[in-house]
Amino acid sequence: MDQLEFVIEVSLENKPAARDPVAETIKRDLIAKKGYNMVSNVRSGQYLRINIFAENANKAKEIVTNMCNDLRIFNPVTQNLTVLSVKKI
Amino acid sequence: MKTKIAVLMFPGSNCDLDTVHVLKNVIKVDTDLVWHNHFKEKDYDGVILPGGFAFGDYLRAGIIAAHSPAIDEAKVMLKDGRPVIGICNGFQILTEAQFLPGALLQNDSLKFVCKWVNLIVENNKTVLSNKMKKGDVIDIPIAHGEGRFFTDNMKELEDNDQIVFRYADETGNITKDSNPNGSLGNIAGICNLDFQNCVGLMPHPERASEAILSPKKTTHGQLFFESMIEYILRRVH
Repeated sequence: MDQLEFVIEVSLENKPAARDPVAETIKRDLIAKKGYNMVSNVRSGQYLRINIFAENANKAKEIVTNMCNDLRIFNPVTQNLTVLSVKKI
Repeated sequence: MKTKIAVLMFPGSNCDLDTVHVLKNVIKVDTDLVWHNHFKEKDYDGVILPGGFAFGDYLRAGIIAAHSPAIDEAKVMLKDGRPVIGICNGFQILTEAQFLPGALLQNDSLKFVCKWVNLIVENNKTVLSNKMKKGDVIDIPIAHGEGRFFTDNMKELEDNDQIVFRYADETGNITKDSNPNGSLGNIAGICNLDFQNCVGLMPHPERASEAILSPKKTTHGQLFFESMIEYILRRVH
């Protein structure tokens, strides 16, 4: 079967139980100080954009998810992984 | 048989030579500095993963090094009870390699913290603490940006006596003010379950082994390495 190229966006974010001092600082010392008091919460994380060849979008997502688990690209003790989008290019 | 220790060098390690110096010249034990891809476990009685920034700490501190072939070699030592020690970045590598539970997150201050601290000894039966007494207060420096110990299962660590060192004040009280990085439970070092032959800690015993380096002229760092050698001798005989 022909291989198609996809771009997959992935985010890595600390679990709610793990404090996120980067986000706390952004919210407390930037957002709140500049008057954006309507902002109730901020979480920081990491973002990866992965190009991959696969048969279809589901297969591409499955490979990336398995790869992230196998290689501990996210740390399951402290982080959650979210596939944000899968797009054919 | 003569005891021989390996200190691993990853690209980005920077406490490797200090550790080799202390082992060779202070503790007087045969020690090799070993490039991580060249490490063979069969040649050594123990291995130390030193501090630094292995592989630039890219993605997360320790994660790239945790996939090094050296970790597969070290795993053989872990399983057969030989010492596997991680200092600072080495501790981060050992958690990412799942030799030890938990993880090391960015300090709650968001700052790199470099200063002398006190530890209280919680478990003196491990490979790195058997020359200490439970409740001893240890002078030692830290130097890290990602040392905030986190676990989602603190009860298991406590029940299994896997907490070896906690940050404390000068009299051994475990206080919030004596916690330099926001670690859960003031945890500074932990051990594995099976033989307690694997210990990871954020503080640097190799920087606390000579009086000339210590503000209080202490040499408490030697106790860690002497414990390691004692563990090896007890294991062999």
